[in-house]
Amino acid sequence: MTLALDKPRSPRRPAARRSNFELASWLFMRISGIALIVLVLGHLFIMNILDGGVHRINFAFVAGRWSSPFWQLWDLSMLWLAEIHGGNGLRTVINDYARKDTTRFWLKVMLYVSMVLILALGTYVIFTFDATIPAD
Amino acid sequence: MTATVSEEKAGSRGDLPPVPDGAVTVTLKILRFNAEVDSEPRWESFNVPALPTDRVLNLLHYVKWYVDGTLTFRRSCAHGICGSDAMQINGVNRLGCKVLVKDLMSGGGKPTTITVAPIKGLPVHKDLLVDMEPFMEAFKAVKPFLITYGNEPTRERIQSAHDRERFDDTTKCILCACCTTSCPVFWNEGSYFGPAAIVNAHRFIFDSRDEGAEERLDILNDAEGVWRCRTTFNCTDACPRGIQVTKAIQEVKRALLFRR
Repeated sequence: MTLALDKPRSPRRPAARRSNFELASWLFMRISGIALIVLVLGHLFIMNILDGGVHRINFAFVAGRWSSPFWQLWDLSMLWLAEIHGGNGLRTVINDYARKDTTRFWLKVMLYVSMVLILALGTYVIFTFDATIPAD
Repeated sequence: MTATVSEEKAGSRGDLPPVPDGAVTVTLKILRFNAEVDSEPRWESFNVPALPTDRVLNLLHYVKWYVDGTLTFRRSCAHGICGSDAMQINGVNRLGCKVLVKDLMSGGGKPTTITVAPIKGLPVHKDLLVDMEPFMEAFKAVKPFLITYGNEPTRERIQSAHDRERFDDTTKCILCACCTTSCPVFWNEGSYFGPAAIVNAHRFIFDSRDEGAEERLDILNDAEGVWRCRTTFNCTDACPRGIQVTKAIQEVKRALLFRR
């Protein structure tokens, strides 16, 4: 039986598709959020408060940090978790606020492209950082 | 229909009744809409004598019966049971028959204005009358009925008091739509099921006699299901039956996370 509605809120209400994507993204937001509290607060503490804060940050400081795999991993996980956490949050905001399907589509395209670019560039820098180039 | 727009407005029950002792005049500001005349909803104010013990529904009756009979709204039992008269009162979703004027009075003898608008997110037919069909459709989609498999038992389906307690809160729902139409995610043009549908799914998912929990959980695991809930608690605040709506939604999320 189909209901003849003037303005059906739901043109299509698909039967269960057995996709756990929304569940996984919801769970990811919680877990990455907790991880980011540690990663970001630790990062801010090291960069801004610990001995001298921002004033001692220079090329040598960054080079020194990234010579250690631990800090590489720290920054890499911070980059990926923050970017996907924020991107997923923006995805839900777009889903909530975009009124037209075309608007929603293009906003999401912009979002995903920017996410890929930032993740690729950031990962590239962390892994290929060359401490031997002259720092001036 | 013999009434025309140009005709002098009159109530459906004739002359104004005597003003009772102790009544104060309040301004009732109603968001009205008549698709035949208006392109946009418009505010209209009425001065209504009100006793502190009156309900907002009494004020609407006063307007409809004695001032302007064209005012349109739903109400049936008028005692908070049927859930017909959900409306936005002073910006929050309430049942018109459960809100007392004394709780809306501005203090210090200042004049009181009470605003009444239709519940949001559903198409308005006329004045406070909205199309409930999208709401009911979401309700039907979660299969709000007992699902069992296998042979019928020869006697009634027994349930312990403890098992009954598990879903007691969500049995109280009267489908007034206060919660669903207070939800910012529902206001959006998507097809979010809305709190009321999830509450009624919860009522069966956690019923020990029901065997359809998996089907309902699958439906609510959808992109338009429980994961769209942003826990703004508007629904819990709006529920005239005091159902912990957001808690029920979270319990469904938890069931989805930890189901085997």
